Amino acid sequence: MAKNQSEVSGIFTAGSKSKPSAAKPKNPFTHPLLLGSIFPLLLVVVWEVLSRLEVFPAYQLPAPSVILGTIAGMAEDGTLWGHVFITSYRVLMGFLLGTAAAVVLGSLVGFYKHAEALFDPLIQAFRSIPSLAWVPLFILWMGIGEPSKIAMIAVGVFFPVYLNIVSGIGGVDRKLIEVGKMYGLNMFQLVRRIILPASLPSFLVGLRSGLGLGWMFVVAAELMGASQGLGYLLVVGQNTLAPETIIASIVLFAVIGKLSDWILKKLETRTLHWQDRAAKS
Amino acid sequence: MSLQLERVGRTFAGKPAVQDVSFRAEPGEIIGLLGTSGCGKSTLLRAISGLDNAYDGVIEINGKKVNGIQKTTGFMFQEPRLLPWLNVLDNVTFGLEGNREEKQKKAGRYLESVGLAGNEILYPKQLSGGMAQRVAIARALATSPEILLLDEPFSALDAFTKMQLQDLLLEVWRSYRSTMVLVTHDVDEAAYLCDRIIVLRGQPGTVEREIAITESRPRERGSSELAAYKAEILASLDLTTETA
Repeated sequence: MAKNQSEVSGIFTAGSKSKPSAAKPKNPFTHPLLLGSIFPLLLVVVWEVLSRLEVFPAYQLPAPSVILGTIAGMAEDGTLWGHVFITSYRVLMGFLLGTAAAVVLGSLVGFYKHAEALFDPLIQAFRSIPSLAWVPLFILWMGIGEPSKIAMIAVGVFFPVYLNIVSGIGGVDRKLIEVGKMYGLNMFQLVRRIILPASLPSFLVGLRSGLGLGWMFVVAAELMGASQGLGYLLVVGQNTLAPETIIASIVLFAVIGKLSDWILKKLETRTLHWQDRAAKS
Repeated sequence: MSLQLERVGRTFAGKPAVQDVSFRAEPGEIIGLLGTSGCGKSTLLRAISGLDNAYDGVIEINGKKVNGIQKTTGFMFQEPRLLPWLNVLDNVTFGLEGNREEKQKKAGRYLESVGLAGNEILYPKQLSGGMAQRVAIARALATSPEILLLDEPFSALDAFTKMQLQDLLLEVWRSYRSTMVLVTHDVDEAAYLCDRIIVLRGQPGTVEREIAITESRPRERGSSELAAYKAEILASLDLTTETA
């Protein structure tokens, strides 16, 4: 009965149904941006006050204003942009490289049984090696320059993307593939018109966790030896007993890491708007 | 297009699911495959569609032996099986060929005939079960299949939507005259829609009998003539012995 009712109302309200967000009144006090800033702001204020009261010793935990001052100082003398740029560049290159490798291998393993038998055991074996263990070897092979760092990050990005592509392709609904077959699609068309769009959600999940790991690995790579970059700032801060430099670097990592994830998130909501997901109340 | 099955059967892992089914459908005829669950109705339909090639026997379309999917055959599944990333219009144009404008024009016409004009830009998640099944009907018809296979297409719908869509199916059948094979377990539906009903029984399923319904269309759902046919169908299914 309920189904019939929704059928009838579905037909008559179909026009308005297409824009569901228009009707909902927006409460300015529950805007997600506002809600999300409450605790960070509170934390910063408490931290600043406690620092001014000298509860924390300044040589261990400087006040937020001091950290901001450090960042502003670096921005003024121009060094900040170099650090941010080189770190972002490493992550981006590693991310692209790792993703490209994962797409190629993941698609092969996802589509072909024989490719799975051939590659998957080896890939799974490599996966069980903690990726940071590769660092010394990569430095030995490729030197201390960019290639070893980018390779490092690519390794970190590769696994989550690969795993999600394989499971995404494996999880495509057989029923939808049958629809394609009924319309006489060949293998290539099936991949393009059904398998790729159906496994896109899983692929995007892989991209986001891959990017997260990319940021993790850039720190490791830059700690090992770099002359520029946010990870290098961490080392400098430690060696010059300057906690404000370390925390400034951490803050910058947080900001650009979040920014890059936000870009992927946007991409996700744009390409996956068709997904039937439960809305939170 | 005519369709002929000769001694078609299908065995799954050594266990026969359906055996020795032979029948012929004349062009434009609506054939019902009726039977209790597990008698191999859907298995037969999948064999006819070409989705399943591991059957025994011979299937001929227009006198030519076929094996594999034919472009002239359409299939309507039990569920709508719409592609969730395409909107209603793109779902209907999915199987069409040609340039975009032509495809959309054609799809629009079929959407209109299933009563969904104006809903082109909705996505499957925004549709009710009945609407989604209408889109599926439009998609199945849009390629103008000469043989349309229907696998319990209305079984998941409520009684009223079901009747509406049955009438809709007859309406489009009147204008396009596809040959149809309808798998169903609904005696009312079979008696209302079909020219001929093939009753399958047993495990493995075999043809129990064939009942021709000569009643002209439009048929009256509650008429005594149809009631007599239904009684005959039920008698041939002989449900009493199975529960005993």
